[in-house]
Amino acid sequence: MSTAVADPGSTGSAPGVGSGSTGTPPPPEEQAEARFAQMLQKIARGDLLVVVMSFVFAFLVGSVLIIIADEEVRETLGYFFDRPSDALTAIWQSVTQAYGAMFRGAVFDGPGFSRIVEDLRAAGGSGTYVLFPALATGLRPLTETLTVATPLIIAAAGMAVSFRAGLFNIGGTGQLIVGAMAAGYIGFTWDLPIVVHLLIALLGGLLAGAVWGGIAGFLKARFGANEVISTIMLNWIATYLLFFALKTAAFTGANQSQPTSPSVSDSAILPSLLGSGFRLHAGLFLAAGAAVVLWWLMSRSTLGFQFRAVGSNSRAAQVAGISPSRTAFLVMAVAGALVGLAGAVHVLGTEKRLTEGVAGSIGFDAITVALLGRSGPVGIVLAGLLFAALSTGGRFMETNQGVPLDLVQVIQVLVVLFIAAPPLVRTLIGLRRVDHPGAGARVLRAQRATSGATQSSSAGTQTEADPATDPSAIPSAEVAAQDPGAPPPAAGSPSGAATDAATDADDPTDAKGDER
Amino acid sequence: MTTASAVVADDSEIQKKVADVRPDSWWHLPATTTVLGAVALVLFGLRGIPGAESSFALARDGDLNPLGIVPEQITVPSIGTAIALAVIALVASAGLWVLHARVARPRPAARISLIAVFAAAWILAFMTWVISERALDVATLLQGTLALAVPLAFGALSGVLSERSGVINIAIEGQLLFGAFGAALVGSLAGSAWVGLLAAPVMALVMGALLALFAVGYRVQQIIVGVVLNVLAIGITSFFFGTVMRQNPGMFNSPMRLPTLRIPVLADIPVIGRVLFEQNVLVYLMWIIVAVLTVALFRTRWGLRVRAVGEHPRAADTVGIAVNRTRWINVLLGSAVAGLGGATLTIGTGVAFGEEMSAGKGYIALAAMILGRYHPIGALLAALTFAFADSLQLRLGTTSAAEGGVAIPGDFLLMLPYVVALFAVAGVVGRVRVPAANGTPYVKQ
Repeated sequence: MSTAVADPGSTGSAPGVGSGSTGTPPPPEEQAEARFAQMLQKIARGDLLVVVMSFVFAFLVGSVLIIIADEEVRETLGYFFDRPSDALTAIWQSVTQAYGAMFRGAVFDGPGFSRIVEDLRAAGGSGTYVLFPALATGLRPLTETLTVATPLIIAAAGMAVSFRAGLFNIGGTGQLIVGAMAAGYIGFTWDLPIVVHLLIALLGGLLAGAVWGGIAGFLKARFGANEVISTIMLNWIATYLLFFALKTAAFTGANQSQPTSPSVSDSAILPSLLGSGFRLHAGLFLAAGAAVVLWWLMSRSTLGFQFRAVGSNSRAAQVAGISPSRTAFLVMAVAGALVGLAGAVHVLGTEKRLTEGVAGSIGFDAITVALLGRSGPVGIVLAGLLFAALSTGGRFMETNQGVPLDLVQVIQVLVVLFIAAPPLVRTLIGLRRVDHPGAGARVLRAQRATSGATQSSSAGTQTEADPATDPSAIPSAEVAAQDPGAPPPAAGSPSGAATDAATDADDPTDAKGDER
Repeated sequence: MTTASAVVADDSEIQKKVADVRPDSWWHLPATTTVLGAVALVLFGLRGIPGAESSFALARDGDLNPLGIVPEQITVPSIGTAIALAVIALVASAGLWVLHARVARPRPAARISLIAVFAAAWILAFMTWVISERALDVATLLQGTLALAVPLAFGALSGVLSERSGVINIAIEGQLLFGAFGAALVGSLAGSAWVGLLAAPVMALVMGALLALFAVGYRVQQIIVGVVLNVLAIGITSFFFGTVMRQNPGMFNSPMRLPTLRIPVLADIPVIGRVLFEQNVLVYLMWIIVAVLTVALFRTRWGLRVRAVGEHPRAADTVGIAVNRTRWINVLLGSAVAGLGGATLTIGTGVAFGEEMSAGKGYIALAAMILGRYHPIGALLAALTFAFADSLQLRLGTTSAAEGGVAIPGDFLLMLPYVVALFAVAGVVGRVRVPAANGTPYVKQ
């Protein structure tokens, strides 16, 4: 059962799209009207709406946090009932400025763009002489976003491998750190020819990550150790290992008092893509490659099939001759390898040397990215870009508006939470009724009543009865509505509640449209 | 993909191996202890510092110590003592070999006592080695152990409460953090640590309610909810720490401390008096909650119902127990308990709130709960074990290495609790019986 579910696009909303016209052809305008009503319903029930509304709600909650944190707003709220306009203006300003800064820092630096344009115009420039430098400034935030997204996407691909195999690898931080340590060490101590050095450094990071993930996999396979706990403990162990390494002569080089390593030598650095003024580097291609590898591994390879089989039902997989413990080890090693590669790319491309905080929050962000991307390749790339945009924008917001970066973390997490529970979002936007079969018909009838009244009254009675009473008239939509709680594509048998709940969160079913 | 079912199936598989056959892995434990014992013999004993002495400070002036039964300080030669202790540890491992070789399933009592002897001898050997040329105040070490165990124990109890009813509680970390945050914030606003103590569980209830809402109400995969809620807790508390609390630390985040309640006379008993009877109210509260919870879970109708819901919700539902309501209540109760643990981090130790100050304690609490086999007393013992590692790390970090003494890099000491937890989860936990319906949302049919 699981493989069918696992295969993106095999089920889900796709059949519903094709089933627009069924039964005997009714009059044209009536058909169009039925289609329109159906479309409305589909949108109301659709996943896209849930995704969009999840973001809206997450940003709304974020606004509330900004408002509470703003001293000026708190002051104006003190005399709210005397002059409410003050408070409202302050609220509006503080929220729009914060989010405006976020956009400016993540995608397009509008003010920077126009400033350069003015400067160059004043200096007598015109045409492309103005446009290109100005665009370079304006789009710098976007390149920054891509740079941040690079390790995030690779690490999230690793997370996705383990999630789809049913293992909760929370050890991104640890795997990333050891990957970065290995790649960095090879990068700044060894002396190798130009391309070879880079490849060996990347390979070193990959292998180190594989070993670190493999430890958790081994403990799981051999002793049944809960991987959630063991990976988290390994995170801390790796963190302190890095702290220790950065106090030894082997890692700090000449300057032993500073807890930083020397710079990675030029032969091991990932080449810059846009010249020295930008941080964007060739790791971007590796990120794209990681997504492809994830797709190939999980959808095309035998190993990936085994991973998914064990993830869906380890007992059934065992009966079929797949060893769950061997698979657990392999899954963690592969996942760790990808996350370790992310660490290597981060060090060799972006940071260029080891510091105590080299891993940042990439390890944990990768988990949320993988969850948001529903562990599918396209989803992960999109989610990775999105989260990278949020965090680069957030960084700019922090320096420019004084709103802490943690706000971004809250927004990211809220998005994941909301998307994991579509019924909650529907309830919040008042569409809960659409989920219930009877209520669905009622909504339809209500829509029909409003639109049908102005249309031809003779056809009105007929159309009203048609979709409302006969479920077959709108096949997929009505069938999906039979199962209230679950999101439409994942609507399995009610007895498989556990499975459904699991698919709610990390199953790519909802993002199927994106994946194919 | 269908991760929840897979994880649960995996764990339940492990417990279902109760058949009376010798498990393939029977030699793991004796082999591990033998290797560790040999390491102790070589590293702590034979390769120790020649001629060094180790001192353990015990009784103090003014203790209730008639005729000086308990000496003020024991000083032993490092190498000789370590060798003797390592030999004891090796003998215990030999005992384990014999025990396991003779019967397929040795009696737990014999096995556990041998393991205890091994552990005690090994740890003492390690301590003798590591404090060569130095002195270690045993009472301070144990006092620190108990203080550090409190957040872990409360967190583990939170886990016991919710997981016994069938809801995986990874969000302990977030609950601790919210408890710490609430205690510091409200305590500072009210100017009283006692108000903070009341606020901590209330604040942690927010986390509990979110966990219950998503895990029970919307049936989202429970591990995911937990992990995500932890990040949410870090985000929200760090956000307010960086804004409101930083703008006016005096008003929103001033360090305050619950008073230490010293029980007269009892607190004067050498060594253990100070450990057990000179602590703040949270420590006493921990004993009470462990006792109450043990009785409540295993001796009352409520406890039977909770366990029924965690083991077989459909059966529980059939006899009229409201499954999801029970789960809601237990998750909320658990989060309140974890909130008390969070209060320990701020008002319990007298420090202001800091970013991510729970520092993975929630996850160690989770490990303690599993190691404690979902039992309040077991959870407490496991929490004490981890806390001992942490306390030892702190003491060894603060006692400066004298000339010629053994110096372990501080980062390795900091690693210690996590390494212990990793080994505990891998080595000892193996055959823990998880509540059968743990992690499985219940849908009424």
